[in-house]
Amino acid sequence: MSMRIVIAKPGLDGHDRGAKVIARALRDAGHEVIYTGLRRKPSEIVRVVMDEDAVAVGLSTLSGAHNVLIPKVCEELLSNDMGDVIVFAGGIIPESDREYLYSLGVRAIFGPGTKTSSIIDFLETISERKDSELDVGVGEKTGWRWS
Amino acid sequence: MEMVLSFEKNISLAKQGNRRELAKLLTLIESGERLPIEESNNSWVLGVTGPPGVGKSTLIGVMIEEWVGRGEKVAVLAIDPSSPKSGGALLGDRMRMTSADNGESVFIRSLATRNHPGGLMPFLDSMINLLSYCGWTKIIIETVGSGQSEIRIVAFANRIMLVDGPDRGDIIQAEKAGIIELADAIVINKSDLPNADNAANSIKKSLEYSNKNNDTVVMLTSSINNNGIPELIEELDNLKVNKERSILRIKERLISAWDYKLLSNSSLDEILLDLQSGAINLDEALENL
Repeated sequence: MSMRIVIAKPGLDGHDRGAKVIARALRDAGHEVIYTGLRRKPSEIVRVVMDEDAVAVGLSTLSGAHNVLIPKVCEELLSNDMGDVIVFAGGIIPESDREYLYSLGVRAIFGPGTKTSSIIDFLETISERKDSELDVGVGEKTGWRWS
Repeated sequence: MEMVLSFEKNISLAKQGNRRELAKLLTLIESGERLPIEESNNSWVLGVTGPPGVGKSTLIGVMIEEWVGRGEKVAVLAIDPSSPKSGGALLGDRMRMTSADNGESVFIRSLATRNHPGGLMPFLDSMINLLSYCGWTKIIIETVGSGQSEIRIVAFANRIMLVDGPDRGDIIQAEKAGIIELADAIVINKSDLPNADNAANSIKKSLEYSNKNNDTVVMLTSSINNNGIPELIEELDNLKVNKERSILRIKERLISAWDYKLLSNSSLDEILLDLQSGAINLDEALENL
């Protein structure tokens, strides 16, 4: 099932090789990917997700600011009544920080060494969960996560 | 009936400025839904076309800023190609229009061609009608990077801007037929680079040669240092809709709809396989369709 997905680079982080590889992999799996480019504010990312009517947003961060930027994106999605949007993350996010992000409704965190095929599998799974009306959006009941 | 009524509510919310509703309605149109909105004859629609890499997206980005500064509401439909292999797409136009992700006066939607012939989808019309109805005063369609003979954009836009770069070849390029004859404005972007003046002069001479009274606007711009942008906006705002083009416009619309019909034909796959195996020839294929 083809989806519209935003791949975003929040904050002051100049490295987007990873984000571009992901964007390319999703494209090759048949998805329509909107790439935001570097150094975007959480509010801008939410705006892009809204205007593009994207099903999911992937946040790539390698700057160490994930515990500030990712919660901000989740918060703004909720305040814009976009709790059905699926949030996943990638980059350098230490294991010890992940539980907090999951508790905010982030559904998957992909670290270094992840195979692109497992991100594609994740997207297929969220698509199925969405179709079966199971919790998967950032504003829906947390608990389920990709592992 | 109930569906139509609920759309009416969505449409009214979108008209009141609800961006999310607008975005969702555009998705509906893209998926083939028809919305109960009348065709608008006075939408202001600019088609921006030109080869890949000449700076169309970046130029649109700075044009948006100029228009918003003048109190306009600008909506952009930015089209990028779908992969003919996977069907996926990487939509990267809006990353060059980053100033546009703030404020209420800009709306950008990225669209994949989904392999519609000519890179333009027949439902663009409905999208334009919706945007116009919702109060967007300047509607821009950015085509995929395109070549000389791709003129389908006239089916959807009532004003055409061709963007080119400096150093795109000798004067003979400007003598060739095609989209260059239909453009209301021709912009040589990246005027900060050498040879931009030469490129603009070649085009002007070529246009004068074919018609002494030619009123095609030819301009130089540089998006990175904002040169020529206010002047370009001034010219675009004053463009008159070219009435002589209406038959061509209707013809291109018809071809677009025809293509769509062909590609959505339920026996298309079967016919393609028969053609591949040599079981039928092209004439027979047309007959079967």
